[in-house]
Amino acid sequence: MTLAPPSTNTAAPDAGPTADSAPLLRPHAEQAYAGELAALAAADTRPRPPSWRLSPWAVVTYLLGGVLDDGTVISPKYIGSRRLVEVAVATLATDRALLLLGSPGTAKTWLSEHLAAAVSGDSTLVVQGTAGTSEDAVRYGWNYARLIAEGPSPDALVPSPVMRAMTRGSIARVEELTRMGAEVQDALITVLSEKTLPVPELASEVQAVAGFAVIATANDRDRGVNEMSSALRRRFNTVVLPLPASEDAEVEIVTRRVADLGRALALPDEPPAASEVRRVVQIFRELRAGVTSDGRTTLKTPTATLSTAEAISVITGGMTLATHFGDGRLRAEDVAAGLLGAVIKDPSADPVAWREYLEGVVRDRKGWSDLYRACRDLDDDARVPGGA
Amino acid sequence: MSVTVLGVRHHGPGSARAVRAALAELDPDLVLVEGPPEGDSALTHVGALTPPVALTAYALDEPRDAAFWPFAEFSPEWQALLHGRAAGVPTRFIDLPFGHDLALRRRDAETDSDEDTAEAGEDTAEAGDETVPELVADPLGWLAFAAGHDDPERFWEDLVEHRRPASTPTAGAGGRSPVLELFAAVAESMAALRDPDHQPGPDASRGAHARREDLREAHMRLAIRAASTGADAAARIAVLCGAWHVPALTGRTGRITVAADRELLRGVRPVRTATTWVPWTHALLSADSGYGAGVTSPGWYHHLWTAPNQVGARWVARVAALLRAADLPASTASVVETVRLAEALAAVRERAVPGLTELTDAVLAGLCAGDPVPLAVVREQLVVGDVVGAVGPDVPTVPLAADVARAQKRLRLAPTPVEKPLRLDLRRELDRERSALLHRLRLLDVDWGIPTTTSSTGTFAEGWTLAWKPTFVLALVAAARHGATVEDAAGDVVAERIHAAPDLAAITGLFEQVVLANLAAALEAVRAGLEQRAATTGDVAHLMLALAPLARVHRYGDVRGTDTGLVVGLTTSLMTRICAGLPPACASLDDDAADAMVAAIDTADTAFGLVADPEHVARWHAAVGVAAAMAGGNPLVAGRSTRILSDAGVLAATEVATRLARALSAAGGAPADAARWLAGFLGRSGAVLARDPAMLSLVDTWLAGLDGDAFTIVLAPLRRTFADFAGPERRLIGERVRSGLPRPTAGPPGGIATDPADSGSPGGSAGGSPAPAAISPAGAVPAGDGPAWDLGRVAAVLPALTTLLGPAGTAPAAGTTPAGTRPASTRPASTALAGAEEGHSDA
Repeated sequence: MTLAPPSTNTAAPDAGPTADSAPLLRPHAEQAYAGELAALAAADTRPRPPSWRLSPWAVVTYLLGGVLDDGTVISPKYIGSRRLVEVAVATLATDRALLLLGSPGTAKTWLSEHLAAAVSGDSTLVVQGTAGTSEDAVRYGWNYARLIAEGPSPDALVPSPVMRAMTRGSIARVEELTRMGAEVQDALITVLSEKTLPVPELASEVQAVAGFAVIATANDRDRGVNEMSSALRRRFNTVVLPLPASEDAEVEIVTRRVADLGRALALPDEPPAASEVRRVVQIFRELRAGVTSDGRTTLKTPTATLSTAEAISVITGGMTLATHFGDGRLRAEDVAAGLLGAVIKDPSADPVAWREYLEGVVRDRKGWSDLYRACRDLDDDARVPGGA
Repeated sequence: MSVTVLGVRHHGPGSARAVRAALAELDPDLVLVEGPPEGDSALTHVGALTPPVALTAYALDEPRDAAFWPFAEFSPEWQALLHGRAAGVPTRFIDLPFGHDLALRRRDAETDSDEDTAEAGEDTAEAGDETVPELVADPLGWLAFAAGHDDPERFWEDLVEHRRPASTPTAGAGGRSPVLELFAAVAESMAALRDPDHQPGPDASRGAHARREDLREAHMRLAIRAASTGADAAARIAVLCGAWHVPALTGRTGRITVAADRELLRGVRPVRTATTWVPWTHALLSADSGYGAGVTSPGWYHHLWTAPNQVGARWVARVAALLRAADLPASTASVVETVRLAEALAAVRERAVPGLTELTDAVLAGLCAGDPVPLAVVREQLVVGDVVGAVGPDVPTVPLAADVARAQKRLRLAPTPVEKPLRLDLRRELDRERSALLHRLRLLDVDWGIPTTTSSTGTFAEGWTLAWKPTFVLALVAAARHGATVEDAAGDVVAERIHAAPDLAAITGLFEQVVLANLAAALEAVRAGLEQRAATTGDVAHLMLALAPLARVHRYGDVRGTDTGLVVGLTTSLMTRICAGLPPACASLDDDAADAMVAAIDTADTAFGLVADPEHVARWHAAVGVAAAMAGGNPLVAGRSTRILSDAGVLAATEVATRLARALSAAGGAPADAARWLAGFLGRSGAVLARDPAMLSLVDTWLAGLDGDAFTIVLAPLRRTFADFAGPERRLIGERVRSGLPRPTAGPPGGIATDPADSGSPGGSAGGSPAPAAISPAGAVPAGDGPAWDLGRVAAVLPALTTLLGPAGTAPAAGTTPAGTRPASTRPASTALAGAEEGHSDA
């Protein structure tokens, strides 16, 4: 996969509807990348499935990046295997439901948002799965005032995002599917197989318009989730999103996302120090794998997930620190606090793993003494007050 | 006269289809195929073969020098052979004869070994060529790759489907069908791939591989010319070869004269070879062999070849059936969705039809729920496939192979390539014969069965893992010179090995194998060989190692109905020799030799135990007894010998204790020897120490009595010894020591108290050794009078004693002994210590 140079044409905090007032903290994908989507739609001559804004080819290009014939640079949104993205897009093209499975922080939600934005131009039809999500959130609810006043009527019905997606022929997203109760999950079965949503109270139903599809994300690492029933599972095509394959790919992801987020947080437009990013990514990869990158030393693995997403937040956190409290340049001490917070999730076991790593690996690594000192200082600070 | 060269992809179903169509259309009266001309005679058997099979050619003088040309059903070459057979058209192979090839390779190997200096240059040349063979081996795959296709087969199909006569303005294309157009196009692209200005010529700077390619092409050109000229020239010749060779055989061949080709091939004296057919497997097809281009997915190609229509749907259905067989959910609804996904994927990737990549991606997402584990099963069983070819019974082979086939049939052991376990019950006649066959084949280097360990030795069960490899056919051909039946051949191999055996142990190892293989005739030969070697072998350690397998046969051989009489005689004579030779062999050994000797003694002891002949065991114990008590013997050997006697119950516990005490004390001057004795004694296990508190206390006292330097000397060997004990033993010993030990008393088990004094410990009482007393600084005090001890010196020792013996409670044990009850029991220990102290200060 070839990567396009970091794009500069899509800054777009001002692309949102509220451009006059303060910029949006986080515009939707279709807002942030409206320019790219429009350019793709204009250049796209390939056949489009019903209700699709772009052809499958253009969706893949949007996600993986590239340069259009007219010279428009499309920035890569997902850095990883082309195969996975193609399978995902092809799944949606067959009106089948797509399940994105993976460890936390492997860009499941990110990919689903961008898929929805590229295919339907609307990534906002989201059901967030939690233990408290009720069936109403998946099917429909009622406006009880009207229900009592007028009795059941289509006007009293409050459609769920899924129902709205069905009527519009667009993509509905279900986040963290396995966090919902099993019976709530199963409410999706009829929707996915019959492509209808019966409304028995009105003796009617909503039939999905062509173009409707569901993208669900689920976490395969969390404990305490509700296993999907096999009936539901087999209605999904499953794509497992892996952790970034190489250190370079992960550095690229972190740098790119940090730049985007920095812009959103109105941080100065200075790129984060590449060496610092690489260092954080290396630490994360080593602790995740339980072995140093040269393969010589085995390490204790902390309980923390240490996903790419967390690496991104460590760097953005460090940049914020550097901007507001330092001279704007990202240094080891800015990163150290975030690093510590990301690694130590379990107060009993993780500090041991971290200290072993610090003393055994970081201390002796050439050019890492600043980071070592910064982490040690933090560690000591943390230990003195709580030392009793 | 016309010559049409069809360039193909070896093992490509697309090529195979095209070749079939082209041959039907051309209706040639001679088909020439890239392959060894030696195989022409084997072509008569094509009808008796079920692919995948391989044509194999081997050198008569060394059958292991062999090559294979595998054919699958979807191989274009195979389709050409079938066409020739069906249409009654003569079919011949035209590649460089294997005999020539082999002769050249042998010559190269010789020159390589002659000129080591030249080798380096050769190597770099080969390294430089590295990317080329890939191109040479699979040029069409390479073209497909260059065109952005990962599946060469689909690229080929696209070529077939999309290239229409009207759209190809090839010169002189008038009237040719699409299929022939296709081959013309292949020839064109190959000509473009091969640099026309770099036509082959004898050039020493090129790699051996390239030179060989030149020779092959020269031979093919000559063969084609020979077929197309002369009185009986064929009118329409179809030549089938790898696409890469096409330009060399057509068009520009004019530039190379017949004379030049003959010149290339001159001076090669071919090796004499023979050919036959062997069954092949899809798994082997996927490895690199024979025709170079190993195919990664023979199962998929087979499917492409056999599926009449709906290639993708059939494939997914087969995957689903496989998953269901493995108890994984695979509903028809999922199959439908998977096929749809594969088609959509093909559309996304802008391909006309879903290929293996799309189908695999779709299966992973749709049927396997993203889990790669079931996909591995699919890959193994479908993508590669477990198809096995067959060779008809009439296909000639060596008599030995035929005998094996007969035996396999008779014993109902089908040769299958899939590994499978086999458990034999040696009490059954059939299983005994099976076992013998497997063992005999192992003697012939045909490791069809690999013995697996059963739960215990000496049972009637024997475990095997069976897996038949097609290369065994070759091993059988190689072994054929030994005899016409498995039994004869194995016997001959044994005789040969006895002759070449370097030492006695090698022959006894062979002896065991012969017994297992139930080779009655060979048994006598082995016995004679053994007898002779044993008589001339002076090395008792060798004899002892040799005894072990014999003893096993002695003990278990009768399960197989072996004539153990032979073994009994031999074992007896070996045992006698060992008993006679052991004591002298134990004298004056250095430490390394002692280690080896102890290992041999252990082996022999086990063997004597197995034979369990009381008379011999008694003699053995007598011999060991001599070794144990030998003056000047190595302490390690002595220790181990004592232990053997102790374990066997020959020595009474008290006697063992006495010897232990003696060994430990005699070493007053050399604690290292004592430690080695102890290492030998305890070497087998620490249980004796853990169980017998008296013995433990002996050792403990000895250890505690050592001074600092002596302790340092002893520490390393003891540490090694104890490290070998099992964890629970060590723990038990530790607990015993902590809970306090009975002090050694001078009661009957002892002699302990008196022994050290008797053996002249320095500073001993009764003025036995005047010298230390005389030079001792404390010598003013007569050693014999207890109360006259130098109390200051005694007090000075106490801290060290406390450290050595542990916390108070055990340390003052000597002190707490009521004075006067048994002064003799405490004094020697203390005086010995004091004496050591004195000796130390003198030094």
